[in-house]
Amino acid sequence: MEEKIIEELKDILEIQDQELSLVDNFKQFDNWDSIANISVIAMLDEDFGVLIPTEDFKRITTVQELIDEVKKRM
Amino acid sequence: MLLDKSILVTGASSGIGYCTVRYCAELGANITLTSRNIDNLEVLRGKLSSSNNHITIAADLSKENDIIHLAEQVTQLDGLVLNAGVVKTMPLRYIKTEEIDTMLNINLKSSIVLINTLLKLKKLKRGSSICIISSISSIKPTPANSVYAASKGALNSFSRAIALELAPRGIRVNAVLPGFIKSEMTQKIADEELLSKHVQNYPLGRFGEPQDVANTIAFLLSDQTSWMTGNLINLDGGFSLK
Repeated sequence: MEEKIIEELKDILEIQDQELSLVDNFKQFDNWDSIANISVIAMLDEDFGVLIPTEDFKRITTVQELIDEVKKRM
Repeated sequence: MLLDKSILVTGASSGIGYCTVRYCAELGANITLTSRNIDNLEVLRGKLSSSNNHITIAADLSKENDIIHLAEQVTQLDGLVLNAGVVKTMPLRYIKTEEIDTMLNINLKSSIVLINTLLKLKKLKRGSSICIISSISSIKPTPANSVYAASKGALNSFSRAIALELAPRGIRVNAVLPGFIKSEMTQKIADEELLSKHVQNYPLGRFGEPQDVANTIAFLLSDQTSWMTGNLINLDGGFSLK
């Protein structure tokens, strides 16, 4: 699951040829914008059946926090 | 301006729809309000001036039987406002098939079927005015809005085509293309931070209010526009100019 989330995040951020580690703040990449925001929430819903409310999603910054949130809600 | 005109408004329970109902009632029209929730509609009808002249009919416009029932129930109309609509802001790759169906059904097909049925039942008077609520997104793309934009773009084409087709019967058809209007529907899909950035794209310096749209709709429903048909009217504070 971790690998899948990281791959999808890289795809959304258009950084397929870069490393994305668990401690990275995925919201600080150049391509992060409102569309990427919607895309991550939609991806988690579609691929993992997990719906993270916008307010909760705002608090998440690192890849690890995102993975933990998904695990908590599965 | 609309004294004793009989007008049907879809999507009448909130936002642009209810504002239009209230304003047209103030201008003297007799309104038929329709949306899915009859209880909500009754409460709103009670708030209108001279509420005895207005009626409510519950209809789920995604269901053809409801549309037919609605068309059968209404009196002969001087005006029709097609305002019911749904929006799902989502990048295309994450849109679900059922969400595509819902947007096309409510935003496009329901308008086609309702006008078709009203014509069959001869419920649109000679000289009547159809006002279709489209969206500026139909001509100015924004990301994550493709299916909604497509549904409204198709509505524009439909609007112009039937304007030509219905002109010999003296029925006028015009579409209004609002930009971002502050309403319950639009507040749900955007947060404050995003909105404060987005408003900078509006040369007149603000988003629209439901009353801005209601003003234009009332004008189109009135006899003051008796020589206007087939128009797509941008109503967007200059958003589409940039």
